[in-house]
Amino acid sequence: MALQVSNSPFSEEQVELLNRLLPSITETQQSWLSGYLTAISSASVPSGGVAVLERPAIEVPTAVKEITVLYGSQTGNGQGIAEQAAAKLKEQSFDVTIQSMNDFKPNNLKKIENLLLVVSTHGEGDPPDTALPFFEFLHGKRAPKLDHLHYSVLALGDSSYEFFCKTGADFDQKLSDLGAVQLAPRVDCDLDYDEPAAQWLAAVEVSLEIQTGGQAAAASVEVETTSSTQYSRTNPFNAEVLENINLNGRGSNKETRHVEISLEGSGLTYEPGDSVGIFPTNNSDLIDEIIKVGDWNAEETVEINSQGERRALRIALLNHLEVTVLTRPLLEKLSNYSKSEELKRLLNKENTDELRAYVDGRDLLDALTDFGPVEASEQQLVGILRKLPARLYSIASSLEANPEEVHLTIGVVRYEAHGRDRQGVCSIQCAENLEPGDTLPIYIHKNYNFRLPANSGTPIIMIGPGTGIAPFRSFIEERSETGAEGKSWLFFGDQHYVTDFYYQTEWQNYVKDGALTRLDVAFSRDTDEKVYVQHRMKQASQELYQWIEEGAVIYVCGDEQNMAKDVHATLLEILQQEGGKSLEEAEAFITQLVQEKRYQRDVY
Amino acid sequence: MSSTTKPIHIQDGAPSDVEEIKIESDYLRGNLIETMNDSISSGIPDDDNRLMKFHGSYLQDDRDLRVERQRQKLEPAYQFMIRVRTPAGFATPKQWLVMDELAHKYGNGTLKLTTRQAFQMHGILKWNMKKNIQEMNDALLDSIAACGDVNRNVMCSPNPNQSSVHAEIYEWSKKLSLDLLPQTTAYHEIWLDEEKVVDTAGEEVEPIYGATYLPRKFKIGIAVPPMNDIDVFSQDIGLIAIVEDEKLVGFNVAVGGGMGMAHGDEQTYPQLGRLIGFVPTDQVVDVAKHLMMIQRDNGNRSVRKYARFKYTIDSRGLDWLISELHSRLGWELEETRPYHFDHNGDRYGWVPAENDRWNYTFFIENGRVRDTENYKLMTALREIAEIHTGDFRLSPNQNLVLGDVADSNKNNIEEIIAKYGLESPAEQSALRRNSMACVALPTCGLAMAEAERYLPSLITKIEGLLDEAGLGDEEIVTRMTGCPNGCARPAIAELGFIGKGPGKYNMYLGGGFTGQRLSKIYRENIGEEEILSELGPILKRYAKERDDGEHFGDFVIRAGIVAETTDGTNFHKV
Repeated sequence: MALQVSNSPFSEEQVELLNRLLPSITETQQSWLSGYLTAISSASVPSGGVAVLERPAIEVPTAVKEITVLYGSQTGNGQGIAEQAAAKLKEQSFDVTIQSMNDFKPNNLKKIENLLLVVSTHGEGDPPDTALPFFEFLHGKRAPKLDHLHYSVLALGDSSYEFFCKTGADFDQKLSDLGAVQLAPRVDCDLDYDEPAAQWLAAVEVSLEIQTGGQAAAASVEVETTSSTQYSRTNPFNAEVLENINLNGRGSNKETRHVEISLEGSGLTYEPGDSVGIFPTNNSDLIDEIIKVGDWNAEETVEINSQGERRALRIALLNHLEVTVLTRPLLEKLSNYSKSEELKRLLNKENTDELRAYVDGRDLLDALTDFGPVEASEQQLVGILRKLPARLYSIASSLEANPEEVHLTIGVVRYEAHGRDRQGVCSIQCAENLEPGDTLPIYIHKNYNFRLPANSGTPIIMIGPGTGIAPFRSFIEERSETGAEGKSWLFFGDQHYVTDFYYQTEWQNYVKDGALTRLDVAFSRDTDEKVYVQHRMKQASQELYQWIEEGAVIYVCGDEQNMAKDVHATLLEILQQEGGKSLEEAEAFITQLVQEKRYQRDVY
Repeated sequence: MSSTTKPIHIQDGAPSDVEEIKIESDYLRGNLIETMNDSISSGIPDDDNRLMKFHGSYLQDDRDLRVERQRQKLEPAYQFMIRVRTPAGFATPKQWLVMDELAHKYGNGTLKLTTRQAFQMHGILKWNMKKNIQEMNDALLDSIAACGDVNRNVMCSPNPNQSSVHAEIYEWSKKLSLDLLPQTTAYHEIWLDEEKVVDTAGEEVEPIYGATYLPRKFKIGIAVPPMNDIDVFSQDIGLIAIVEDEKLVGFNVAVGGGMGMAHGDEQTYPQLGRLIGFVPTDQVVDVAKHLMMIQRDNGNRSVRKYARFKYTIDSRGLDWLISELHSRLGWELEETRPYHFDHNGDRYGWVPAENDRWNYTFFIENGRVRDTENYKLMTALREIAEIHTGDFRLSPNQNLVLGDVADSNKNNIEEIIAKYGLESPAEQSALRRNSMACVALPTCGLAMAEAERYLPSLITKIEGLLDEAGLGDEEIVTRMTGCPNGCARPAIAELGFIGKGPGKYNMYLGGGFTGQRLSKIYRENIGEEEILSELGPILKRYAKERDDGEHFGDFVIRAGIVAETTDGTNFHKV
């Protein structure tokens, strides 16, 4: 490794001097020197007076090239990718700092040279909770000039939403506006992000390599070599189902499965707050119908990924490709094989609203029917479709309490739209075709943004109506099993008390034995006026505020569109009402709670 | 009597836990206000459920769903049953409409007319109980003392307008009910949000009952001969109205009847009331009050299954009771007067009453008022209630009497009956019209076997046997209960079935047609197939060998098929 004018802030003369000196110094000298330089820079701050280095840094940066990886992640996908990237770069001797955007001090932007951003998009093109303060900083008046900065953005999203990867694009645009230079172009990832993410990182590495003059040359490649017994998203574990029960009593409008799964022999572990990803199977009737409508050959083998794996078309459609969601990219590709004028008209940018209305609640079969005939080969059909994504479900059990098991709470999705009965791919499989003894391909999905407090004495407030209850069963099982002494308060709600009170007898026992301090429930369809969890929060606002004052961590899990928004608004109200805060103060307080990880959400 | 030979029914131990609960309850309040508000369970704790009974209600669950829900991590499908106290089964059309409305709004959409002339609503969820009771209260209906260790709903032959004497007797049943009602204001505080009345020093809260009320339930009924529809001998106090020269002069008093027993304990048995004398009309409340207080002071408060009045009397002898009563009264009952019963069923259809008025009795199978797809009974009765100017009376056989129908309205009511095809009673077999079943499964916590849900189909099969025997229209009093507590009074039926286990019954024969004789066990623990194969030959023999006008219950004894039960104490002797 050698310093150059091009990869450092030094002049040619300085570079020469340094290159003469640096290769000859010992590790101890190197360590001393780095400490010394740090101390000098501290001392040079006008108000500072500390110049003495008491303890030289022990960890010595062996790479001259630093790089900062920031992630803004709601579900943990972004964090996972960022960590993989960081690990890979570390192996190539980069000095990698990896942080959640939440934990990054924006002022440090001035000090860093290389920045990778991995960020997802939610709702109406919004950043994840944990990215919000950083996002606002960059878009605010205090944003600094960033001429010195090299960066690249990996955007995560779902192309079935209108504002696909918008947050990533916003970051990209803003950084560029502030003068930063791209290391590699932004890549927008859809649900099957593995391949594009790997390509993005490869492009970043090449660019860094050029900068560092071959620093990373020999390294790279190795990372993908995972041992065959290490199960992960790319190598799911076929787990045996131990139990599958409907949690809703007779007469309910809903069906919610409690599925217990064995992890025996997998080596998989998890913590409360994590999720399980399930690779589902499409409904075979639907697949047969698609093949029939398109007049395809079910047995024709097709290539299903860039590794060249091949399957019969029917198997590919059943297990590997998404057929229940329509997206603009899908329809655009489809239009290459269709003569439909209507489809072309819909895809016209002017008709975005109409397109959005069309794709809502419709699937591939609808598109094939409405815009057929589709003159595509079996392989071309595969090219149109996204990979069948895994479904994530919050884990409803504690590994402490259930060794080698994981439990899930799965709401079954069934509805009628555009004249056809439709079903959630994974939930319907769990409801109708899954018996004890069957297996499911699963992996553990870490969710670092939804964690019990490190201190088991910290009070927790859990708001989880409907299937949002799942992680809180895990929390309380864990706290009960470990004898945690912290107070806990659960808000639960659903439609009907008698039929929809998930895990009722367990909660009753936890309240009885003290593992759960308080339980407030709201059932919206038992009385004339609809009562939801936020109404119960409001009724208990004084005590809730007191808990918050005592340092309680607030968790929200479940529906994002209505529940999480209403709960958020109610929290603001409570802070104003009980804390005498203005709206701005209440909002600032919540922002602070988020930063302190005292307000954590797992919403969908 | 030395202690070693002391009869088993006499208290010989500490008071039972229920006695403790009563003492601790502060006159039936307990923790009901808090536990009814607890939102984590739709049930209430056992202790409070004990007290709930005194308020006319108790917690049940849908037993059909019990196992399934347990697996679903759901508590049992808890629901409350509420029993509405209607002395002599009397309700106004407006009250009928309110009960109908509440059954749909809070209950399971049906009403049960009980064997003691009360309304029962099932399936009320905890958080609707208070509203339900308040809306009942607005219609002047309540459930105070409809269950619990107190005097229960007072029964009375439900034909007050048949004559002015009937009307007078009805008034006495109301007075008995009112005078023996608990005085605590707990009901009003808990359900009607009334302020707690501050205890006035020295004033007794419960002058008749005291803080522990009675050892167990207590039942009073008045029969008007020749009808024994209320089964006067099944009551703790049975009063037989004595009418002389078309005037009510008083009542014969029978004491110590009761149907309940426990399987496997022969120390428990059904018993018939024994006549102890005659009381002039205006002394009847006093006599009832003192009899009840004798039981209050002497009943067994240690073992609840021995705590009924019948055991208090049987263990000490009838003479003891009479002298105890006379000494408390300070005067003596007169000699029992002559009377005659000819039936314990109802008189169906139109019956003329005084002043150009009519009564109409509907057969309501097992007392269940509801709409089915093909039989809109509940809707029809609602329409009748909207135009009816008289009253409704629940019969002791779970039927419904439309009382005091104006001559001018008779056609209108007949039109509704025709419109909904409410089968005229004549179209129901005599067997079915003389049958009764208790609720049993799925809501009754005591049931060991089906009753209400099963008896109709069994009756259909027995009808087949009757037809084969050529006995198509024979009146045979048939009763079924899901457990031996005997709510449908099966031990005085000519053909009785008492649930033993799922699909299994003890079969009894030989009860008296007028309710004057207990039956005898004929077969133990048998299922439907055996019931029918046992019954077929007996019915054929009855058809062939019976004397003129001989009732089935009398025949089986004469023919030696079962021995006569001459007293409850030999009920179990085969």
